[in-house]
Amino acid sequence: MEHYLSLLVRSIFIENMALSFFLGMCTFLAISKKVSAAIGLGIAVVVVLTITVPVNNLLYSYLLAEGALAWTGIEALSSVDLSFLGLLSYIGVIAAIVQIMEMVLDKYVPTLYNTLGVFLPLITVNCAILGAALFMVERSYNFGESVVYGFGAGLGWAIAIAALAGIREKLKYSDMPEGLRGLGGVFMIVGLMSLGFMSFGGIDL
Amino acid sequence: MTESTKDILFKPVIENNPIALQILGICSALAVTSQMSVAFVMCIALTVVTAFSNFFVSLVRDQIPSSIRIIVQMTIIASLVIVVDQILKAVAYDISKQLSVFVGLIITNCIVMGRAEAYAMKNPPMASFLDGIGNGLGYSAILMSLAVVRELFGSGKLFGFEVLPVASTGGWYIPNGLLLLPPSAFFLIGAFIWVLRTFKKDQVEEEEFKMAPNTQAAEAV
Repeated sequence: MEHYLSLLVRSIFIENMALSFFLGMCTFLAISKKVSAAIGLGIAVVVVLTITVPVNNLLYSYLLAEGALAWTGIEALSSVDLSFLGLLSYIGVIAAIVQIMEMVLDKYVPTLYNTLGVFLPLITVNCAILGAALFMVERSYNFGESVVYGFGAGLGWAIAIAALAGIREKLKYSDMPEGLRGLGGVFMIVGLMSLGFMSFGGIDL
Repeated sequence: MTESTKDILFKPVIENNPIALQILGICSALAVTSQMSVAFVMCIALTVVTAFSNFFVSLVRDQIPSSIRIIVQMTIIASLVIVVDQILKAVAYDISKQLSVFVGLIITNCIVMGRAEAYAMKNPPMASFLDGIGNGLGYSAILMSLAVVRELFGSGKLFGFEVLPVASTGGWYIPNGLLLLPPSAFFLIGAFIWVLRTFKKDQVEEEEFKMAPNTQAAEAV
């Protein structure tokens, strides 16, 4: 239990997807003008990550990894290594899950669909999602860990984008140098936020 | 085609730079620039992928039904990235370890998708190929200049060779360790955009909100 808690804290704060690995930057900068939109996107990312990372984990450990096909019981398959197909399968799984989620939400939870709807297609090309899947493989998490990691990574990203949107909403009333107005300034703020998040670095549960 | 070959190739480097002006593909620009050699490999990988994905997407552009074009583009790009990833693992294993997940993340790099969607879907294969190389070069220009600053002042080296002798080994230069950490990448790109927009006024964004002039003093008279 303690191990999972430590992993959760690490994925949310210390190894924050947006602020220390720079993942999902494009959407991070584009959709952070309004707090409400940022929170909507943040929730969508949490949901998608919590589902896709464990699914990709299963895919990796029962299909792609070296010797993963041993469960079929066929002698010839037991030493097959398909891990080079990883990238293609992860992105396929992510695109498919996002598509399915969109349809399911549309059918059963229309209110949530209306809130998240516009953001869902954006998520397929959000590199935080693919990045989390790749980190999961690289650090060889097991199924339980990958659930925790997916949720934590998503939550960390959501917190970061909501905080940035809050700052940007206030900042539009300030008088900045012309060249820094808009994106230049946003980069500076994100830099400061990233500096702030580095102070979590020493936390170890 | 009214644009000349030279235009297609060099416009994205300065005038229409994908990172600085279109703000695409910054994830990797920030993450891999703390060392020049790593940044250099990343640049080559991205240029190759962009060029060939543009080429192949453009080849099949008349056959793809528009409703599934994103999936088709994704598949082409992902296959190319797998090839690049495998080659890197075979040829430059150490660097591919340092790049870790970022080679894979070329798939979701907005430059690649963006050029495939915006240019290759409408133009013939050769022009698209050049456009891909041009955008790759534009990306490389920014990446390398960031990496020069970060590696030179962060650890006193260029491409791993010591240029400024570091104090810890008996030299005079005290390296600024902050430059190797993530926040500095944000500051540098921010400063870069600031400089660029000071010279190119048309890039400056509109103010969302303007403070009304303070009339108190006038009323007091």
